[in-house]
Amino acid sequence: MAHSARTDCPELPDFFLLKRLARDQLIYLLEQLPGKKDLFIEADLMSPLDRIANVSTLKQHEVDKLYKVEYKPIVSTSDQLCFLIRPRIQTVKWIYVANADKATGRFRRYKIIFTPQKFYACDAVLEEQGIIGDVTTDEWSFYLLPLDDDIISLELPEFFRDNFLAGDQRWVRTAGSALHLLHSLYGPFSKVYGIGRCSKMAYESWREQVEEGEQKARQAEIGKVFLIDRDVDFVTPLCSQVVYEGLVDDIFKIKCACVEFGPDVTSSDKSIKVMLNSQDRVFNEIRNEHFSNVFGFLSQKARNLQTSYDKRRGMDIKQMKTFVSEELKGLKQEHRLLSLHIGACESIMKKKTKQDFQELLKTEHSLLEGFEIRESISFIEEHINRQVSMIESLRLLCLLSITENGKSSFFLCSYGVDHLLTFANLRQLGLLVEQQPGETLTVMESKVGKLVNDRTGGKLSDAFSSLAKKSNFRALSRKLNLVPKSDEEYDLRVPRDMAYIFSGAYVPLSCKLIEQVLERDGWTGLEEVTRLLNGHEFAVTGYGADSKAKNDAQRIILVMFLGGCTFSEISALRFLGREKPSMLFLLTIWLMETPRVSVTLISSIF
Amino acid sequence: PTTMLCTKFGEDRPLGGRVCLTSCCLQMMKNKADEEDYWNSSKFKAFTFDDEDDEFSRLKESKRAVNSIRPLVDEDDDEEEVEKVSWSGEPVGSISWSVNETAASNQRTDREPAFPKINTDTTSISKSHSGYSLSALFKGETHRCILGKDNTLSGDWSPEETVQRMQQGKAVSLEKFRSLQDKLLLLDYAVSAHDGNVITAPLWDLFVFPEVLFRELTDRQTALRHFIHYLTESKDQRLLLELLRYLPLSTPGLPLLQYKEHLGIADENKRRDFLKSCLSLPFSPEDSVHVEDHYTLLERQIIIEATDGHAERGGKQEIFQKFPRKASILNMPLITTLYYCCFYHYTESEGTYSSPLNIRQTFKLSEKQFFVTALAARAKLKAWPDVDALFTSRNWLGFTRKKSPLSFQRVVDVLHKNSAPTQVLQDYVALVDDAELRITLAQKHKCHDIVINTYRDLKDRQQLLGYRAKMARGSAEERKINELLNNSQIRWKN
Repeated sequence: MAHSARTDCPELPDFFLLKRLARDQLIYLLEQLPGKKDLFIEADLMSPLDRIANVSTLKQHEVDKLYKVEYKPIVSTSDQLCFLIRPRIQTVKWIYVANADKATGRFRRYKIIFTPQKFYACDAVLEEQGIIGDVTTDEWSFYLLPLDDDIISLELPEFFRDNFLAGDQRWVRTAGSALHLLHSLYGPFSKVYGIGRCSKMAYESWREQVEEGEQKARQAEIGKVFLIDRDVDFVTPLCSQVVYEGLVDDIFKIKCACVEFGPDVTSSDKSIKVMLNSQDRVFNEIRNEHFSNVFGFLSQKARNLQTSYDKRRGMDIKQMKTFVSEELKGLKQEHRLLSLHIGACESIMKKKTKQDFQELLKTEHSLLEGFEIRESISFIEEHINRQVSMIESLRLLCLLSITENGKSSFFLCSYGVDHLLTFANLRQLGLLVEQQPGETLTVMESKVGKLVNDRTGGKLSDAFSSLAKKSNFRALSRKLNLVPKSDEEYDLRVPRDMAYIFSGAYVPLSCKLIEQVLERDGWTGLEEVTRLLNGHEFAVTGYGADSKAKNDAQRIILVMFLGGCTFSEISALRFLGREKPSMLFLLTIWLMETPRVSVTLISSIF
Repeated sequence: PTTMLCTKFGEDRPLGGRVCLTSCCLQMMKNKADEEDYWNSSKFKAFTFDDEDDEFSRLKESKRAVNSIRPLVDEDDDEEEVEKVSWSGEPVGSISWSVNETAASNQRTDREPAFPKINTDTTSISKSHSGYSLSALFKGETHRCILGKDNTLSGDWSPEETVQRMQQGKAVSLEKFRSLQDKLLLLDYAVSAHDGNVITAPLWDLFVFPEVLFRELTDRQTALRHFIHYLTESKDQRLLLELLRYLPLSTPGLPLLQYKEHLGIADENKRRDFLKSCLSLPFSPEDSVHVEDHYTLLERQIIIEATDGHAERGGKQEIFQKFPRKASILNMPLITTLYYCCFYHYTESEGTYSSPLNIRQTFKLSEKQFFVTALAARAKLKAWPDVDALFTSRNWLGFTRKKSPLSFQRVVDVLHKNSAPTQVLQDYVALVDDAELRITLAQKHKCHDIVINTYRDLKDRQQLLGYRAKMARGSAEERKINELLNNSQIRWKN
């Protein structure tokens, strides 16, 4: 069950360097404001900051007190104030302290450090407030935060919304710079593949930055890069996650590779924060497993643990000493980890059984398969009518619309007409696909449509008529074999393809694309697929890098999801990396604060 | 279709309130009965290793210090690693400085690894988009310069170079881009560079002639979206509305943007009036129906709220005393309103605004929508006769039978979630067609009679025997099973 690591794995690049660089630069910036100072930090920068520096580091560089940036008067008595923020207009507006001080005749020095970069719009706000000379600004190029051996994050929650919804390209350069940073540290890359508008722009931005700067020849540690826009595949993030890490994220929300387990998990009265990464040996073995496999694994572990403890029976004092000093600590730790994850499993089970999870999964799988659509529509309809979880309803509706082009106004009845705006946003994103009424109706279907064509039944007939219209997902699914043949048993313990992450029902489109392109070394033969995905694909070779070099680095592939990815996708890519020794070992990047795309992307648009 | 789920997220075997993990891994543990016992004994039993064992507890105690297990959150991890790096204590200049240091061993080469440019669907830039040569409009001249990192300001750069320098955060002066044409050219280069940050910068300069700016922006969708986003972010409602006024009505999403305004209106009467004014906006046919519904609903909620608030304060109506309203009904979704009316105004005639039937009519709710909501509301009140009546239909012979637009499985679920007692639940469990499903539901809700009868009908002696073991000694259920098992008339299949 626990997949043994392949012995011929190329070594992963050491991402610690990224942390060190960010930390060094931050210290440099802090020292630009010599003397004691108070530091104000934007709320969502705190966890990332924690990962690269700690309070004592800051204290060493004369940071006195730490505050959160908030919209309220500043109580600090320090003569120097330093602000560490994202380049958000709102936050810049909050920093009106300079004007407040002027009014009271107080003199202080102010410095704003923007990360990862400053925008001209921020300057405009400062200018508007008349404090541009009073406040000095700087940039902290903290682009990438390593979260695990194989995950780096840009930690930019607004990337998705800004880019795909508002159509604002302000983060394109940021993505390009992040790539540039990786290129100069771990490159040169030999090949870059990509699909999506934003990916193309990010590639261009990176390429320009490479040309602007100097290049050093070095031994490449990362061979190839794959850029993919989140909107190329919305289906995958809309599916319920059933691999362990994904479920933990769904229920407890993993943030910066850290999760807070509440009292129901810890079986005590307090919550604890736990780092979830490869350092946690128990977690590392189950994170990519289908949930049904996790129990078996945990139970085996528990038995082993008991056996190890039992060894102490019949030991003499000396043996006991050795046992305590050599083994007990490890056992204890394992005991703690094990009981935590068992607690988490129990909690997950409790929550999932409460919400008809089984039926929900069945509906999702039917939609993916294009089977029993009417039953699925009726399930979703009832789900909505009963005003059960809005986010779930919306998720199902989006999934229905993408896979089948359906839609529903029931939603507005149950959750409020205000959601017209939500729908407009979802449509803008391409998460909700609605077809024009009357389009491609056959005679038969329009008859059925008329029969039920009052306003409530109209939705049903829409769904009906869409059955005839071939949605792109269905075609893509057929072309790429996304839904495995259903008449074969799928043994989740011995996954045969990436579909295991969705109980064997569906291979994630995004990961399948990545696999196909890497196998073919380009998009040749995938013309029909890219047409269905609205194009914007590319595959380019850097002619400097000697791609003939058969070094291990060429097997290390950086996958950058512009707009975020899910833990399920990460698990799928890890699976691919294990299965395809000839070429793959994956390194995943995401650009969202949390990869819980389905929930985040839906809830971020109200 | 088969989706091959090995997981079973059912509630088959709750054990003393705790979800039983075993049920989920039955597949893999089929042959390990002892393992099952092991797991059923709840998680912590499995790990509290014999507390009575003196030796062990002493050991535990004496070695507590040794075992102060490193916290799971490896906070100090970084610290350790930092020490490994030769940290000189000197401030580090920049990323590139550090990069140089770490990559010191590598030699320079010519700038070889050149990746090709790819076509990022840019609209080509023509030098004269605009028909305006409006030097007259340049009254509000701004002298903007954007200072970059090096704080220097010199040189005479083309629009293209200017955009490039801006991208790199270098100093530029926008002062020389004086004519509208120049400004627009700069904007177009910024757009083609795909850098949102740089796109917004020239836009402020164009602010001086909003009318022209807005008109020009309609042909420049990318810049327009950046501008709208900028205005939304800086909460400049006034300018945003002004901008919207200049946009052609056909601009997609425009009516919705105006409709969105209602969210900011707290007073319900003002909000209603605003919604009324929205009715004339050029929505899509479908959206306009929804907006109309929104208006009608709020209007009605205002009336209901006033009447019910009055009744509640008056203390005359029992229902409001017994079940005080938790929140105002204002701005609630339609279904919630229907639920509220089914709860407080169920029996009202169709003529009143608060009558559930009236609401159903006015908003053309589907049978299912109405049914589910009424069911939940009446069940919450434990008005079982009302619940029963919802299902009753007469056929042409006058016999009553229970009919439901919802599957009975779902009905049971709704009732259960509204804490219906077993006696009520079993009536509906019995109506579930599928025998297997019926047994599962009956077991879950402890409707023993149904389980027993179903096994009897299936002639399944083994299952019945098994079920008897779960019944209390001397209970009516046990007696019933015994009678059945002794009944020689039944031809058991096993």
